Amino acid sequence: MGKAVVLRVNGEEYELEVKPQETLLDVIRERLSLTGTKRGCETGDCGACTVIMNHKAVSSCLVLAVEADGAEIVTIEGLAKEGKLHPLQEAFVRHGAVQCGFCTPGMILSAKALLDENKNPTEEEIRRAISGNLCRCTGYTKIVEAIKACSGTL
Amino acid sequence: MLRSMQPFNYLRPSTLSEALKLLGDHGREAKVLAGGTDLIVGMKEKGLSPRYVIDIKGIEGLDGIGYDPNEGLRIGTLATMSEVSASSCVREHYLFLAHAAGEVGSVQVRNRATIGGNLCNAAPSAETAPALLCLDAVLTVAGPKGERAVAIEEFFRGPGMTVLDGEILTGMLIPPVERKGIYIKHSPRNAMDIAVIGAAAAVTPKEGGWENVRIALGAVAPTPVRVHEAEELIRKKGQTKEAIEEAGRMAGETASPIFDVRASAEYRSEMVENLVIRALSELCDS
Repeated sequence: MGKAVVLRVNGEEYELEVKPQETLLDVIRERLSLTGTKRGCETGDCGACTVIMNHKAVSSCLVLAVEADGAEIVTIEGLAKEGKLHPLQEAFVRHGAVQCGFCTPGMILSAKALLDENKNPTEEEIRRAISGNLCRCTGYTKIVEAIKACSGTL
Repeated sequence: MLRSMQPFNYLRPSTLSEALKLLGDHGREAKVLAGGTDLIVGMKEKGLSPRYVIDIKGIEGLDGIGYDPNEGLRIGTLATMSEVSASSCVREHYLFLAHAAGEVGSVQVRNRATIGGNLCNAAPSAETAPALLCLDAVLTVAGPKGERAVAIEEFFRGPGMTVLDGEILTGMLIPPVERKGIYIKHSPRNAMDIAVIGAAAAVTPKEGGWENVRIALGAVAPTPVRVHEAEELIRKKGQTKEAIEEAGRMAGETASPIFDVRASAEYRSEMVENLVIRALSELCDS
């Protein structure tokens, strides 16, 4: 039995019929083909599926698509504007904060949710904000540096 | 899909009475959904497959946090861990409860997980339970026959089990008693980890000593527990170094921890003793 929902993703409105057992992650990837949002552990442990929902970072694998009805959602595809990368994306490239890239979309969205709320976070606040995003390549230092470089500039 | 859920019916009542009716109609085939950070994980990897999922987030009046000097601190069941940990009322009156809520999972989890869900999931390690036990929280429970108040100490029945019987936890009230407290979470990782042990202590500082001594533990028994003998000892003997050490020993003996992948039972018992001593000593110094 499908349920009609309206999702606002990256400023665009999508009217969809979803099954109750479909997660927001399923819908974003399989139905909207926005595959920048990664499917990792599926149990809220790794942060790869992080999106911003109503201004808060959430694990989209732990949100039912029906629960997101009417919500405002930002995925990694919503950050670049007119072919120009978002300053956080620029900083990640510049600081070498991307290696395999699998954690990057979630990492950047966690960082964005932090900076939207707190323009000048301390290093501890940055580390705490991304503590739910696992990266197995970088050792986090360059990621923290990239986020720090954007403090106070967004 | 690596971990998909079995199909279910999603119900989103807009009033409490409608929700209770649905819960009554579907009984054991239904699960109440709040933040979903435990329920959805359970449905994906622990074989939980309810036929009906009743989402209570469409019901008004179950969220919010407020303090009234006569009534106390009221926390709605749907208040998220992020809201509890950032709430100025919580931070002003019971900072250690804000700290405990801030220890849950990650930012992403705290933005969804609710305080009511944390209690109803009834994990022995429930992060907010030891602090709420120390604060004598009174839970408000709504059922088909009306509302009742349940002392938090009576709420847990075993791992994953509570006294709720066709009922919904709607919120909690913490009596307006001045207290200072501390919550210490012991786990290998700072983030995204389940407590190997959680220890909380709270007291009301009075001239010449402490009143309302409370010591509570998580993850060392089938439910979160208070350690009454150790509380009684501190009440009788005062906050001396000897009494605190003896209270720690008592707590270590009272605990009936499990041996699991996170730690051995022996390790947990010994750490309980140390954490209780540390908690009480820090309350002496603060």
